[in-house]
Amino acid sequence: MSEEKSDLIDVQIDGEWHKFPKGTRMIEACKEAGVEVPHYCYHPKLTSPGNCRMCLVEMGMPPRPRPGDDPAEPDEDGHLPIGWMPRPVIACANTIAPNMGIRTTGPLTEECRRGVMEFLLANHPLDCPICDQAGECSLQEFSVEHGKGESRFREQKVKKPKNVDIGPRIRLDDERCIMCSRCIRFTDEIADDPVLGFTDRGSHTTLAVHPGHELANNYSLNTVDICPVGALTSNDFRFQMRVWFMKEVNTIDPNCGTGCNIVVHSRQDEIYRITPRENNDVNSAWIPDSHRLNYHWINSELRLTDPLIKDGKSHRQTSWEDAIELSASKLSGLKGSEIAIVASARMTNEELFMVRRLATHLDAGYVDIVPRMEKSDGYLISADRNPNTTGAKLILGLEDPGSKLGKIKDAIIKDEVKALLVLQENLIDDADFAAEDFSSLEFLLTSYPMANPTAEAADVVLPGACWAEKSGTMLNVTGRLQRLNQAIDGPGQTMQSWEIIRDLIQNTGGGNGIYSTQDLFNLLTSEIPDFVGVTWDQIGDLGMQLVDTGETIPLLEKERQRIAKGLIVG
Amino acid sequence: MAIVVKRPKLKWWEHLYLPAIVGGMRVTLGHLIKTLSGKKKVTMQYPEEKWDENLPEHYRGAPALVTDEQDRERCVACQLCEFICPPRAITIKPEEIPSDDKWAKVEKRPKAFDIDMIRCIYCGLCEEVCPEQAIFLRKDYAITGTSREEMVHDKERLYEIGGKRVGLVNKWNGLK
Amino acid sequence: MNSLTDITPFLAADILHVSIAATVKIVAFVFMTILPMVALSVWAERRVSAAIQDRVGPNRVGPFGLLQPVADGIKFLLKEDFTPNHVRKGYYWLAPALTMVPALLTCAVLPFGSKLFGEKMVIADLNVGPLFVFAIASLTVYGIVLAGWSSNSKYPFLGGVRATSQMISYEICLGLSIIPVIMIYGELNLGSIVQYQAENGWAILPLWGEGLSVKGFLLWIPIIISFIIFTTSMFAETNRLPFDLPECETELVAGYHTEYSSMKFALFFLGEYAAMIIGSGLAVTLFLGGWSLPFGWLTPESAAADVPWWHGVIHILTFFAKVIGFILFFIVIRWTLPRFRYDQLMRLGWVFFFEIALINVILTAVILWIA
Repeated sequence: MSEEKSDLIDVQIDGEWHKFPKGTRMIEACKEAGVEVPHYCYHPKLTSPGNCRMCLVEMGMPPRPRPGDDPAEPDEDGHLPIGWMPRPVIACANTIAPNMGIRTTGPLTEECRRGVMEFLLANHPLDCPICDQAGECSLQEFSVEHGKGESRFREQKVKKPKNVDIGPRIRLDDERCIMCSRCIRFTDEIADDPVLGFTDRGSHTTLAVHPGHELANNYSLNTVDICPVGALTSNDFRFQMRVWFMKEVNTIDPNCGTGCNIVVHSRQDEIYRITPRENNDVNSAWIPDSHRLNYHWINSELRLTDPLIKDGKSHRQTSWEDAIELSASKLSGLKGSEIAIVASARMTNEELFMVRRLATHLDAGYVDIVPRMEKSDGYLISADRNPNTTGAKLILGLEDPGSKLGKIKDAIIKDEVKALLVLQENLIDDADFAAEDFSSLEFLLTSYPMANPTAEAADVVLPGACWAEKSGTMLNVTGRLQRLNQAIDGPGQTMQSWEIIRDLIQNTGGGNGIYSTQDLFNLLTSEIPDFVGVTWDQIGDLGMQLVDTGETIPLLEKERQRIAKGLIVG
Repeated sequence: MAIVVKRPKLKWWEHLYLPAIVGGMRVTLGHLIKTLSGKKKVTMQYPEEKWDENLPEHYRGAPALVTDEQDRERCVACQLCEFICPPRAITIKPEEIPSDDKWAKVEKRPKAFDIDMIRCIYCGLCEEVCPEQAIFLRKDYAITGTSREEMVHDKERLYEIGGKRVGLVNKWNGLK
Repeated sequence: MNSLTDITPFLAADILHVSIAATVKIVAFVFMTILPMVALSVWAERRVSAAIQDRVGPNRVGPFGLLQPVADGIKFLLKEDFTPNHVRKGYYWLAPALTMVPALLTCAVLPFGSKLFGEKMVIADLNVGPLFVFAIASLTVYGIVLAGWSSNSKYPFLGGVRATSQMISYEICLGLSIIPVIMIYGELNLGSIVQYQAENGWAILPLWGEGLSVKGFLLWIPIIISFIIFTTSMFAETNRLPFDLPECETELVAGYHTEYSSMKFALFFLGEYAAMIIGSGLAVTLFLGGWSLPFGWLTPESAAADVPWWHGVIHILTFFAKVIGFILFFIVIRWTLPRFRYDQLMRLGWVFFFEIALINVILTAVILWIA
């Protein structure tokens, strides 16, 4: 007891004593103690207005002795008896105090919750059957847990606007809104685009977008995620699939170097939506709309599903064996210096490791990746639009990614390079190449998920799996190692890049015993210096800091400032 | 603990089995004679004799979708029946009702609603779970087809079987 | 047959005559009577079991569903004749034939009537009738064992093993149980046995002729014992309930014929019913007076005596009436009794029937010696 740190204080929660740092919110203390306090308006990343009243709990402090009385005797653990307050307090906006007592059960809190639920449900429409939130709706959950089960409300419900178009990606149903104001606070505090607000008063209070504005910023869909009910729904996901059917896979976003943590929701190998996953070292609890919605191409018609071989002018379908054998026979007749490999920073570390092996095995003259540098948006989107540039630099030993592309082009034109392997890239659209540059090549191989102009020019086209169809690890711009997990199976005969490269190596005479990404990860962590000693479990769902690149994520910096000011819990 | 059942002690003539065999044959022959002499009611001659008129109200035949008094399709594609269906016979594709539709305020309806009658086990859970009183098990029981495709009832067929049903709760037609 | 020993000039004509008569008898008896009866007994099995269980049974195909066996046969022929990959092909194909053929072969010695147009109503008038029957019937077990073994699959194998031990065990009882009867008749020619019964009372109904004597009354005891053992062993030999352990569906899927389909399965199925019919015929011949009518009605004076053709027809009908009655008995027993446990089956065979049958032989000998 004597060694206890001075900033840890004793709090009794439901009869048990716990220790928490000073300044902890009561609701967070309860959460750490394993007791869930129901709430609607509170969100750790936003300020706490305390307007939903759902988190009311019973609170008590040791009573101050009356003048002349002796102070109460502490019990054997040194705790003073608690004098319970006759009225409840909200747990979200109050911080703990030494020797405070909190009761989250008991007649008072239960009656409070029942009352709050009854008020919230008085005007709430009973359209759960058509509401997209059904199944992940806090109102449904808490009315089952804490509600009355039947309505005493005999009057007409208040009518409010339904199906309101408040932005390009969001639909608003005001009757479902419970006025928690999370969306208003989000647009104001996080997205810096304060376009939402309440109009009217009392039971007629209505959420509305400011006249002449619309909710169009690139983070607007996060309001749909934080909306505890179905008031805000995503146009993209609206009526597509009920939430209970979908398989949820934790993975990371491949659209930029930040590597936002996401959950992919899919059913029967079709992705229906992507939602952010909280990771305070990467993306807080948000992702940009542009990244969230960039998945429709995965199930599109333009996917490559079978290996193709060029037959004169056009391509014909073939088997993997034939495609790989043909490629191997073309490659084995060439000197190492006549072969160039263009890999991709969209590949996982494991796949890049295989690229490295292939390069060593073929003794390739050139190895590079295609860089994608644009401007950062000042929130979560990094300037580097490749998800794994850091990994590519470490594994392929690239100093300046993309610098050799020009040399490769020149070497092809000068006929010094006779074979080009383009792995998971499209050089014509994404790099400075044109179709006629390839005309002097003896052999061009591409693997890519989608049909593309480079593939059009290639001798062998291999259907590669896309990010949602493979697993592995990636290093984000800050040097954080994160897991990419397979959410769906690829269409047709698609294969993951590491398998393609493994087969290529094997068919050009280099045996290896790699059968799973796990084997590959073990090899990677024993051969690449920066990765040595890392285990799969160590990475976990939230990743681990592997190297320090000095890069930061702007949104996280802003969040830290708000935490420091005491505005939010974080 | 296992319960020990004592074997009955048999008399010597019981050991011969013959009395038991005779007793058994008296039962079987009794039934044989009763059935042959027509004293006992036996199985119905199905295709000629049918029991359709006597089917009870709660009979669980083919599931079907129903429309209400105003010919509105009651189903809002909430997919609860698809979720509850034990053999996964139901497949629903929802869609948004276009804003120029008479029932645009309902917002959602099934674009496709398929019940695979090869899979259906007539359990009635879909009817029970439906929050909109849109799906009912009707009295049709002779569901036949010559191909698998034919055995899948699509939305049109389901409404044809279901027809119009009146006297149900009408939450969309009042003030909403 | 006698004519074969006569003088040579008539030999060729006699051979022709004998072979034509035999062919006619084979065709008329085996192919036009026994085989349809096999099919019909399947129908009867289904109708009787249905009636016992308060159902209707097959009543759609033809009048009373009588053409159901034809429909079944067509179905069997049209079904895919599937031979699994893992079987021993040769034996697998041989087994069904080996069960059907011996069952039909034993028809040869069964006297199914007295005489018609001077021709004995038996295909082969052997002097060792019962021995021939046992010799041939014991071949049936090879069919079942081969089926079980060649299928290379556990349930058929178990069924085959069970069938072997069961049939070998009960063959002994079967053989021993008829010795007292044969001792009494002093005869191994089945035709003569029937003639004897026609004159002196049926084995289990000695109510006329010599059967009414004290000796007849005393001999009635071992004959009844013989009859019970013979009938029960017959059930075991034909793998009928309550002794259908080689194919009991609750334990062994379908026993030795699990891997069979189409017509090969049908052969097992029919072989079993054929064995049942032959068994009934043998029981009728040995114990129930064969083709003879009770109380010596219309009995020919001797085995060699001529009978009017209408007597012969009545005798044939009598024989088949008795056989049908016995088959119905088989069927009713099947739908009455539950299956025996395997150890009970073996105990019954070896500990009781074997000993009782032996003692019965001695008892008969003693009675015959005293009287």
